[in-house]
Amino acid sequence: MKVYDVVIIGGGPAGLAAAVSAYDSGAESVLILERDDVLGGILNQCIHNGFGLTRFKESMTGPEYADRFIKEVRKRNIEVKLKTTVLDLCEDKTVTAINEREGVFFVRGKAVILAMGCRERSRGALNVAGTRVAGVYSAGTAQKYVNVKGFLPGKNVVILGSGDIGLIMARRMTLEGAKVHAVCEIMPHSSGLKRNIVQCLNDFDIPLYLNHTITRIDGDARVTGVQISKVDQNKKPILGSEFYIPCDTVLFSVGLIPENELSKNAGVELSPKTKGAVVYQNRETSISGIFACGNVLQVHDLVDFVSEEAELAGKSASEYARRGDREKDCVNCIAKDKITYVLPQKIDKNQSGNVTLFFRANGVYKNCRVVVENDGQEVLSLKKRVVVPGEMERVILTEKIIKALNGDLTLKIVE
Amino acid sequence: MKKVNLTCIECPIGCDITVEIDGEKVLSVQGNACQRGKLYVSNEVVCPVRVLTTTVKTQNGKMLPVKSNKPIKKADIFVAMEKINGVVAKTPIKIGERVIADIFDGVDIIACADVE
Repeated sequence: MKVYDVVIIGGGPAGLAAAVSAYDSGAESVLILERDDVLGGILNQCIHNGFGLTRFKESMTGPEYADRFIKEVRKRNIEVKLKTTVLDLCEDKTVTAINEREGVFFVRGKAVILAMGCRERSRGALNVAGTRVAGVYSAGTAQKYVNVKGFLPGKNVVILGSGDIGLIMARRMTLEGAKVHAVCEIMPHSSGLKRNIVQCLNDFDIPLYLNHTITRIDGDARVTGVQISKVDQNKKPILGSEFYIPCDTVLFSVGLIPENELSKNAGVELSPKTKGAVVYQNRETSISGIFACGNVLQVHDLVDFVSEEAELAGKSASEYARRGDREKDCVNCIAKDKITYVLPQKIDKNQSGNVTLFFRANGVYKNCRVVVENDGQEVLSLKKRVVVPGEMERVILTEKIIKALNGDLTLKIVE
Repeated sequence: MKKVNLTCIECPIGCDITVEIDGEKVLSVQGNACQRGKLYVSNEVVCPVRVLTTTVKTQNGKMLPVKSNKPIKKADIFVAMEKINGVVAKTPIKIGERVIADIFDGVDIIACADVE
């Protein structure tokens, strides 16, 4: 069985940046396993612009952003296996994979990086009533049809969920000649970026119905229409508020789920909040030598931050391949008041350097403070003009603070 | 003189910006976190422009992602779409290469990916 310093599962934005970083940090043999026939992952179908503003200080399309990293990978002696699906990952870091040239084969990584990304939540996850008809797609599937395959999946569209992919698809399908009749959002606020409300909906006079959801999908073979209802503050449909929109296509843009089946099989501990691995600050999981980064670890807002996190995981994996496991002195990072989750969930005090804590608020809070506490004392406080659930926030702990920690630390928002 | 409230679309922060205008003249800009925001609203109140991203067919059957190399007038977007959808790009093509020259006022449509 061939042994690599670092084996990376997934060749999307996380896998690419992790590979380059692992190689540049000294890993001598790096392998990327990718199930698609091209590198770049979801970026290939994200043809809109706005990527790279943080990292490259310019507005790039998804394929252009991917291209930068693919060229960096190609410049280095990094092995890539395309059209290769990973079937299993073991605790000893043996990877079982399959492709049409080699059949089923095994490789082992001294370190393994999980970079499998996300899957979309589907109609089934929401239990929307109605018939099981053609014409119901996840927004990302429709995006692949339009942008990669060159098919328009429908002419009259209703979109459920105001996530960014749904908003982007509202504009995209409009540009290609479809009529988008409505975007429905069950929450009182959009879960997408404000800029996408402006440039994807307002620019094309597409109505956004907040506090509304689809309560029935009609049709025989193909969708013929949807019933939309207003919801109360408990998100329950209000009887009598229904209205009907005839349409032939329904898109679901209702969230992403990290794709962690392989991680689970390996025995990696997952967080019920992030649905991704529980990690140390170097992105090492509960299994020594298995690392995770990108959307398989936590759903990011911006690909720029995926690349940043993947570089950290790549560097850590390369160090691990060289030096092996080291003893840890672990403290937990615990999310308290008004915070949904904190990542990393664990800090190893034996490691050097500052640590950035990433977190999401559980609601919209204005003029608040983010407070880090340890051993009953406030160790850090950060003023924020506004925090919203849709935007990941960060707070930096200096090495000095970390070395002085006594027991677990907590993070909370104080209004 | 009037005040216009706009959301900047230049980056994901989405600043809420207030512009004071007198006809087509911008008197003041408030709420922007950077210079891009100022430029965006100054254009937006007079003549809104957008970078257009879409796809074109290629000779080998694959779709090629493309974009306008400069923003085009919002009002021209559907005319541009019609022109772009009538084109079949020659392959092979490299990222950054021109697919349609001078679609409007010196704006080119360029490739966003390599296609063999």
